[in-house]
Parts: sequence; C-alpha cells; structure tokens
Amino acid sequence: MTNADLNYDVLIVGAGVVGCAIARELARHRKREGEAFRVGVLEKEPDVSFGTSSRNSAVLHSGINYAPGSLRGALNVKGNAMMDRLCADLKVPIKRIGKLTVALTEEDLPGLHKQRSQGEANGVPGMELMDNAKMRTIQPGIEGILGLWTPTSAIISSFGLTIALAENAQANGVDFHLNCEVVGVERGEGKRTFGVRGSDGRVYTSRLLINAAGLHCDEVSAMLGITDVKIWSCRGEYYVLDRRLDGTLKTLIYPVPGPNDPGLGIHLTPTVDGNILIGPSATYIPEEDREDYRATSAVMADLRREGLHLLPDLAASDFIRSFSGNRPKQTPPEKGGNADFTIEETSVPGFIHLLGIESPGLTSSPAIAGMVRDMVAKHIPLAERDDFAPERPGFIGTFAELPLEQRMDLIRTEPEYGEVICRCERITKREIRQAIENPLGARTMASIKYRARAQMGRCQGGFCMPRIVRMLRDEYGFDPKDFFIRGGAPMFSGHVREGGDGR
Amino acid sequence: MSAATGSNRVIERDLVVIGGGPAGLAAAIAAREAGGDVLLIERDRILGGILNQCIHDGFGLHRFGEALSGPEYAGRFISRLRELDVPVMQNTIVLGLSRDRRLLVSRLGELQEIRARAVILAMGCRERTRGALSIPGHRPSGVYTAGAAQNFVNMENIMPGSRICILGSGDIGLIMARRMTLEGAKVEAVFELLPWSSGLPRNIRQCLVDYGIPLFLSTTVVDIVGMGRLEGVRVAQVDEQRRPVEGTERFVPCDTLLLSVGLIPENELAREAGISLSPITGGALVDADCMTDVPGIFSCGNALHVHDLVDRVSEEAERAGRAAAAYVSGALPKADAPVAVRPGAGVRYVMPDHVSVPKVISGPEKITLAFRVTEPRRDGVVRLTTDDGVVLKEEKHPRLHPAEMVWASLDLSQFEEMKRSGKTLEVSAS
Repeated sequence: MTNADLNYDVLIVGAGVVGCAIARELARHRKREGEAFRVGVLEKEPDVSFGTSSRNSAVLHSGINYAPGSLRGALNVKGNAMMDRLCADLKVPIKRIGKLTVALTEEDLPGLHKQRSQGEANGVPGMELMDNAKMRTIQPGIEGILGLWTPTSAIISSFGLTIALAENAQANGVDFHLNCEVVGVERGEGKRTFGVRGSDGRVYTSRLLINAAGLHCDEVSAMLGITDVKIWSCRGEYYVLDRRLDGTLKTLIYPVPGPNDPGLGIHLTPTVDGNILIGPSATYIPEEDREDYRATSAVMADLRREGLHLLPDLAASDFIRSFSGNRPKQTPPEKGGNADFTIEETSVPGFIHLLGIESPGLTSSPAIAGMVRDMVAKHIPLAERDDFAPERPGFIGTFAELPLEQRMDLIRTEPEYGEVICRCERITKREIRQAIENPLGARTMASIKYRARAQMGRCQGGFCMPRIVRMLRDEYGFDPKDFFIRGGAPMFSGHVREGGDGR
Repeated sequence: MSAATGSNRVIERDLVVIGGGPAGLAAAIAAREAGGDVLLIERDRILGGILNQCIHDGFGLHRFGEALSGPEYAGRFISRLRELDVPVMQNTIVLGLSRDRRLLVSRLGELQEIRARAVILAMGCRERTRGALSIPGHRPSGVYTAGAAQNFVNMENIMPGSRICILGSGDIGLIMARRMTLEGAKVEAVFELLPWSSGLPRNIRQCLVDYGIPLFLSTTVVDIVGMGRLEGVRVAQVDEQRRPVEGTERFVPCDTLLLSVGLIPENELAREAGISLSPITGGALVDADCMTDVPGIFSCGNALHVHDLVDRVSEEAERAGRAAAAYVSGALPKADAPVAVRPGAGVRYVMPDHVSVPKVISGPEKITLAFRVTEPRRDGVVRLTTDDGVVLKEEKHPRLHPAEMVWASLDLSQFEEMKRSGKTLEVSAS
C-alpha cells in the first residue's frame, strides 16, 4: 500500500491553526543533511480550519489570564508578539484594539489585581490600571470602577490566519491531504516509523508523528496506546451581529473571570470584518458528540439578553447568525476551569501530541509551532531555508477595503474586480474565483465563505449563494451532487422533473 | 471620487433609477414618458428582477385584466422601456449613494461615479433568514429561504431537496409548496407562527388546499436536526405570546426546510445617503410623491414597503417616476410643513408617511393611501379621520387581513384643508 509519495519525515494530524502553524514553521526549514524534508498534513474535513479554529472569538490575548510559569502564559505572550510579522507576511487582517478587563464592583478587585500580577510575571507589555475616567477615553460610557488595559490584545481573522498558514505552507512544499481522517496508526519495522491509515484507504508513513487533532487528540493518542489522556468538549455559543454596529466597540471589554469559569465569560467582541460577536457560553457536551455545534434555545435567550443589556438599541434584525465552537478541554465537567496545554513527546518515541489547546491556542499558535519545531529538530537536525517564501503573492485581501484609486486601477487589469457577487460584503467575482481556485483544492461553499467572505453578510447568502452555485456549475463543471456546504452536508438532493433525472 | 482619472470619467444624468425589477421598470418608463432623461441600473444580467423566477401566473389581474406569469408581466414593461429607448446598465451594482446624489457604480472592468439630479430607489427587498429568527438547532445543509429555493428550481433547474417542510406562510413559501410538489417532492406541511396565514387567501387555496398540503397555524420550528444534511425539524404549538407549549412537540422528518418568514426592504443605499427609514416597514419615510426626506431621492416598490401584488408596485412606481421627472424639471414645488399621516387603532402602518401640499405633481388630484391592518377582521370598517376626530371617510370591508394591503384615497383638497387647520390624518380599522 505504501509508495514513495506517501513517505514523510513528519506527518501532522489535524489542520487547525495549530497544525497549520506547525506545518508552516517546518516548511521554513530544511534538513541539515541529506535529501528533501518532507512534511504532510492529514485532515479529516474537506478543508483546513473547519473545527475550533474557525469557531471562536478570534481574539489575540495578551497573556494576563494564565498562571506564571505555565506553558499557556509563556506561549501566549510569545505568540502574541509574533503575530504582527506573521499577519503582515500573510496579509491576514489583524487589529491591535487592546482590551479592558473591567472590575464592576469592589468584589472584582482581587481578581483584577491577580490578572495584573499574572501579566507582570508572564511579561505582558504595556499594562496599565485605569480608573473609570481614563477608561472612558478609550470606550465612551463604559461602566466599572477599575480596568486593566492590555494594549497587545487584538482581533484577527482566525480562519483567515489558519488558511493563510496552510496555503503558505503548501506553497513551500508541505502536502495537505484533505478528507483524510486518521483511522489507525501502526509502528513500522524496528519501531522507527509510523504507518498512518487514512480514511481514504491509503497508508502514510513518517518518522515523526504530530498529533494536533484538537477535539479528537486523545483518540489519536489512544491509537498508539496512550490511554491516560482525555479530552472533554465544551461548547461555546455565539451570536453574530450586523455590521450596522461597526465602530460601537473601540476595544475589547471583558469581565473579571471567576476562578472556576471554564471560559472568559460572555462578552462582546468586535471582529476584523466589522461585526460584533456575543458569547461564548460554556457547556460541556456528551462524549459522543464532540463536534455537535448546535445552538440551544436557552443559551440563545441568554446571549440575546446579555447583548441587549450591553447594547440597548439592538434590533431583532441585528442578530444575523448564531454559531458554536467547541473547546478541547483537559478538565472534566465536575472540575471546570482550565488545565495547562500539554505539548510533549510522548512515551512513544517520535510521537508528539498537543492536548487541550483551547484558549489561548490561536494566540499561541506560532509559538507552539516553534516549540514543536525544536522537538522535531532533536530527531531530524534542521536548518533554516534560504528559499522559503513567507508571503502569499497575488493575494490582496478584501478588495472593497482598498482605497478607491487602487480599486479602479485593479479593475482595469482584472475586470472581474468590477463584478460584485456578494452584495452585502461587496465581494467581487475575481475574489470568489480566487477562493474557488484555492491551492488546497477545497471546494465547499464554506471554503469559499472563509476565503472570500461571501455569504457572511446580513442576507446570509440569500443573494450571492445562487450566483456562486451558477458560477461553479457553468465555469467549473459542478454537478448538483458536487455541492457541499461543508463535509457531509450536500446542498442538493432530489431532481427536477423536466429533463428526466435532471442529469 | 475626485481621484477619478483616465478612463474613469464622471457621468452626469438627470434621473437614475436603481433596480430593474417591476418597480424600477415602471418608474423609469413613467419618468421617460414625462420627458425626463433616465438611466436604469440593474445588477443582474437581465431586467425583471424577482419576476423572472416567478413562473407561476396571477400577475397583472388588476392592471391588464389577465393572469400573466412573472416573466410575461415583466416582458410588457421591458418592451415599453425599449420602445422609449431608455438606456440601461445591466450587470451593474450601485456600491454607494451620497446625499447629494452621487452614485458609485461597479461592473465588469469598470468602477465609476454617476452624478444624478434625481434618484429613484427601487432595489426591492430580501428575505429574512434563519439567523434573524434565532431558530435553535444544528446548521445542516438543506435549509433555504423560499426565494433561494425558487431560484434554484426555476432558474437553475436544480432541485434543493425531496422531502420538504416550510416554515412561514408568506406567499413565496406557499408558491414553493406547490412548485416543489409539482416537481415530485413531498411537501410535508407548512408551519405558521401566527394564528393566521401571512400569505394571500388565493395562494392558500391554490397552492396548499388543492394539493392536500396541511397548514398548521400557531406552530413553529423549535429545533433543526442534522449534523450534515437536514434530517428533520421539531415543531411545537405556540401560545398567545408565541412561546412553544410544552408537550406539543413532535418530530417531522425532512431533508429540506424552506423559510418564508418575511421580507425586508433593501435599504443599505438609503441608509448610506442618510434617508430616514420607518422602523415598521424598513423602508423610507416618503410623501405622496414617494420622495424621501432627502430632496431628489425617491423610493418605491418593495424597497419602500413590501407589497403583495405587483400591479400595485407598478402603480406606485409610476407615481415616483412622474414625480422624479417633475423634480428634475423644477416643476415639483417645494413643500413646507406637510400633513402627517398616522396609523391609528388596528393599522400597522400607512404609506405615505406625510402629504406635501400645496401641490402634488405625480398623479391626479387624489392622494392614494396604502396600509396594512394588524389582525384579520370580518365585516371591518376603515376610517380616515383627522386628529381631532372628524371622519373624512368611512369604508366597509367584508374582510380585512394583514396579508392584504388596503387602499384608500382622499382628495388633495382635503389635505389642503387639513394643512390650513394644522391637522394630521389618522387611518384606523375596526
């Protein structure tokens, strides 16, 4: 079953932000000696970033929330500092809007001071305690008696970053195998290699195996006999608010977290695209449904209430969508709270697993990648490549956000920048085409959505989705059966009567 | 736009109509017939708007005295537009509109500015989505707005699914219940949150009753089930406060859920231009000439308020077209304090919001009022009264229904009188 094409030095399981960051970091390197350094990524979904990496608050944290000496604290601060360069290279939207952690009453003060001292110990730059008047120079009208200002807190496109990392890794030689769930792992002869069976029926081999499988990382570790680790899935539900409210929030505003909260509390988060998120809740869900992303009526009502409390002039039409994301937690429901990340080479030599990478996993991802690279280098001596291409040539970001003059120039050379397909978000045919023709070959509607932003606006695809369908059919030869929203979610079933079976 | 250079010259026009659906077509024709220089901008490949996917008949009964299909109805206007040589920009989207009527338009290979002396907003409406309803559950594939499904079936020859539930009894949902049945799908039921249907009675009869499709009133979807494709919906009856009643839940297997739960006027451009909008209709606040509170910008059709009959859209749009042409030629007098028109008991909203006198150009010396009642009534009475209780008009209606727009008219002279005495007009139903 094996052939040379499926032989790798390093295989990564899972193409979330962590897996993709590791892939890109390894792509920056070559073997110090010998032949090409071969890195592959196995992903069960039809695209990267379909799990927790696209289902979160998309916030870069400063590092005040984590105990000094913890892996989370250290990787958070380090990862945060790496983001400006990374996002500039990859043209990923990032806004350093800072954060106020706000004590509303005297009772919150000990918690706030604890955050500050944790931040100091973790080396969080630029922290400042602010009284209400000072806070109001940042966010007019804000309540609260004392706030902790952390200027390095930021918002980012989380799926944008994950996709960019993956596409750039691929451009630099990493293989991505999508729709390929790991169904078994065996040790090779002399226990020097791993044989990874994919759901595509093929066997991939590698010297090192990195488990970045998020909500399923304990299942992958169990395939190698590591059964003393366990992941619980803890769902966070969100609402997305209309862009009408863009600009309402000048910064991130968080309550002071309680000691046993499984998350950072329900709050409002502006997004880089101009929406506001309300959420997330925190509900442990049953073992067998780790990827159950349902919205529940009770939580939706809570979030609406909370939203109206924080933004009293919200209209029903401002709630344009809800979504959920699940945290991979190492702490069981009865314990709550958070455990530190587990990032280690296991008792199985050459097998590295990353467990419980919940918040601040997104912020930490580039630092985690560096840590894993060092673990890899112990087995395979690495050197930096001088032919590594850190940027994504030809990618311009969102066309509508460019200055008018630049848009006019671009339309002259690429006429399809003039043709608007998604009216709400003003996404052009050229951008949709680029998304369809993404180098990873991901062809779901969600893949187009995450890359081009089409279907994300207030009409939720009512206008552009039929146009994208027509484009895929007429210009890319899609059959009705080829259309999927995401994995396992076919868009069309049945046939129109005229023309026999419609085919 | 001052940066515009090279081939991106600024175009100047007297009147620009945004939207080539039924409202935009009728407005452009009326304005042209009144002697104006008109440009019609349409974002789609073809003119006709939503009528193109409405292949059922029933359009034009009032206007032409015959039952036309949507494309046929549009065709009559498109022919007239061609006869009049009205210039049209198709495949063109208006990205921006300023208060002083500068439009930023975009199409293949071109992004340019148009300056207009008057603008008619005729962008139509869009469908309310699942997000706006906050229906709990999974996010499977197979959940579509009724209009999107209609587009797939009628325009693209693609069947969205084979076992269908429909939430909301809006007209598009009813039409789609019949359409999907005709295409061989099994339509399980239509569920309506309200204790009455929000579609036209004739559509209930012709699209549900005739096909044996049950309509469950005071019932809603409380859960959407399916991690990949939709597997079914959980429905429940609701009480008078529209809260689900415990113990009434049941699961209905289906692979497709169509939503026909309301239409929202498209007013992104109006908002950008700083036009005041009604919180009830979602459309602009206009006078009897369909002029918004930004001088020279008019609004009509479903962008102004959602209609149930296209014939009425055409009529309203013609008024807007004539008035805009008059505005451009300077014949539309400036109004000082207008007479306010207000919904009274039993009425949700009245169009127009106010009537400008001394003189209205757009029609005969009668002012047409369009309004919707809040709940169904048999043997109802509609009253037009002044705010001090003088009844100006009283009309009996054997049947009043929120799904059906009600029309009434008053002489312009009556508004002149109200203006003199500083009164406002109230429309009520009982």
